[in-house]
Amino acid sequence: MSTKRISKEYAELSQAPPDGYTVTLPPSESLHTWHITLRPPPATAFHPGVFGILMTLPTDYPFKPPVIKFVTRTYHPNITNDSLGNVCLAILKPENWKPSTKIAAVLEAVRNLMIEPQPDDPLEERIADEYRNDRPEWEKKVKFHVEKYASEPPVFPAGP
Amino acid sequence: MDSEEDFMSQMSSDDENMNYDSGDALSDADGMSDPIPPQGMPPSANIYPDFDEDYDQPDPDFDLTSKDLEKTKKQAHIVPFNVYDPADIQKQQDGMINEVNMILDMTKEDAAIMLRYFKWNKERLLEDYMDRPEHVLEAAGLNTTTAKPPKLETIPGFMCDICCEDDDGLESFALKCGHRYCVDCYRQYLKQKIKDEGEAARIQCPSDGCGRILDSKSLDILVTSDLVERYNELLHRTYVENKDNYKWCPAPDCPNAIECGVKKNQLNQIVPTVECHCGNRFCFGCPNPDHQPAPCELVKKWLKKCADDSETANWISANTKECPKCQSTIEKNGGCNHMTCRKCKYEFCWMCMGLWSEHGTSWYNCNRFEERSGSDARDAQAKSRVSLERYLHYYNRYANHEQSARLDKDIALKTEKKMVQLQSASGMSWIEVQYLNSASQSLQTCRQTLKWTYAFAFYLQRNNLTEIFEDNQKDLEMAVENLSEMFEKPIVELSDQKLKVDIMDKTAYCNKRRVILLEDTANNLAQGKWLFNGDLNMGSSSSGTSRR
Ligand SMILES: [Zn+2]
Ligand SMILES: [Zn+2]
Ligand SMILES: [Zn+2]
Ligand SMILES: [Zn+2]
Ligand SMILES: [Zn+2]
Ligand SMILES: [Zn+2]
Repeated sequence: MSTKRISKEYAELSQAPPDGYTVTLPPSESLHTWHITLRPPPATAFHPGVFGILMTLPTDYPFKPPVIKFVTRTYHPNITNDSLGNVCLAILKPENWKPSTKIAAVLEAVRNLMIEPQPDDPLEERIADEYRNDRPEWEKKVKFHVEKYASEPPVFPAGP
Repeated sequence: MDSEEDFMSQMSSDDENMNYDSGDALSDADGMSDPIPPQGMPPSANIYPDFDEDYDQPDPDFDLTSKDLEKTKKQAHIVPFNVYDPADIQKQQDGMINEVNMILDMTKEDAAIMLRYFKWNKERLLEDYMDRPEHVLEAAGLNTTTAKPPKLETIPGFMCDICCEDDDGLESFALKCGHRYCVDCYRQYLKQKIKDEGEAARIQCPSDGCGRILDSKSLDILVTSDLVERYNELLHRTYVENKDNYKWCPAPDCPNAIECGVKKNQLNQIVPTVECHCGNRFCFGCPNPDHQPAPCELVKKWLKKCADDSETANWISANTKECPKCQSTIEKNGGCNHMTCRKCKYEFCWMCMGLWSEHGTSWYNCNRFEERSGSDARDAQAKSRVSLERYLHYYNRYANHEQSARLDKDIALKTEKKMVQLQSASGMSWIEVQYLNSASQSLQTCRQTLKWTYAFAFYLQRNNLTEIFEDNQKDLEMAVENLSEMFEKPIVELSDQKLKVDIMDKTAYCNKRRVILLEDTANNLAQGKWLFNGDLNMGSSSSGTSRR
């Protein structure tokens, strides 16, 4: 049921991706796993990092929201600073998600989150505190993370 | 106390000007407004000084007979309440919807959406709507109104934005906002919302960023009847949950709701036990089963204490004890405290382990803990020992009744069998053996009350009223033990007509003693006459004058 919709969205996004993004499908996998890379804009602390985002579309997409994870370790109040890379994004919460919401809007929201973290709704309490109270220190740690983890194109995990 | 005449005139005046939302003035969101007493009823006419006067107005459309109300008006330990079955709940909602439909001249579907948005607070809805109608419509998801009845349509060249299908003849649907999707996508969306997410009152249009709320007429067009059923059930849930003075009956599978006007700040003056039509008795003020005469706060404290002290308490509540004479293990197998050792035939009291023959008429030995003399208390160690002993004294009795009630319950399950056996042994009819059932029920209820009298007593500070309380407790205790003992007699003895009469008399007596005890405690509680010790803070408004 969702194949047509996903193909259409993929075609649009791979041909004309939003600013900073590239979107690919891993070889020999279904349409439900997407490999996405994001280069945050120069004005952010995350520049010039390259961040890998793994997006999984549930079988009942678009009635259920996509699941996104950062495969690149990221020092950000709303992204878990671990190998899971879970993201807290309002648009993906069941009460906000609508079946007509497009992946382009999700990518837009992720990009905005990199530009403007939301420390009041954190997944990493400590990083949120630091972001609020000691911005230079936070930026220093972000730079360190970017150099260590986000200077090379991301390596996506092998398929399920 | 108001006279019967006053009461009846109040009823008839209610009949004329009451609507479905009798409780609504109570559920004012801010809770600040002082309700206006209904005509013909002076503010002081209510026996509960703090009750909102208009609470116990009978609602003419729901079958609460005037007889029920008379009874509830007369007894201090009974709070006024109403039981509503699903049909009643539907009727109440329909009534309010019709009213808003008429006053604001909008469709019933829109009126329903508005009421749900305002959590069924009709007054607030009307007020806000009069102030700024566009704003309210927008907020409730009812903006852009074109009065066209909802229907499925086939539009040439249409492509569904959810599934991206564009086949010719694709059926589609749109709410009044005009966001159109194919019928399969709409169905899938609604199924997920209703079935998986349990959403009903606020299902929005599937369009990103559109707040238009789905109405029930549209739902009827879109989904199968089983989903409509679930949808309505969820709407009922929201209705009851949105009303401050409504609660679901907690009995498993019971579909009824109870309305009771007792407020949180009244809970130190009244213990609001309610009883559902299914027979479940529970407290409206807290999540526990009936715990009269103990107030909610005391119950909370006591249960916490019992949980904290459970290790000490465990050994006491154990089901076995040793015979005080021959030390053989005796298992308690019925609710009665009169124990007879199978081995040595020694008869003793389960509670205090004292000789039963010294007991029968002097039960007070067993229900009152004699405070130790002051010399003991001087020694801090002795003091803590005394306080533990004191707690154990009351806990022992509390736990004993809890356990007995459990055992009596097992027996209640066997009562029916017993009644059948008795029929064949005595030639009595099914109706004629019903007295056993009444006795069994009485035992349950009275033990529940007795159990909580011990928690109550644990926190009670001595004053001139405690003696009356203890006498009442003792009388009820004795009556219950007598009945319990009679109840456990073998079938052969039960077929004796005289015993039947005795059991019936004792059952009636137990019930009477229970009411006497509850009336005494409830009246004193309402008037703030009980003094509680320790950290049990029953609030400063216990003087009964905290009326706003
Ligand atoms: Zn819409
Ligand atoms: Zn569709
Ligand atoms: Zn019930
Ligand atoms: Zn309670
Ligand atoms: Zn013995
Ligand atoms: Zn005893």
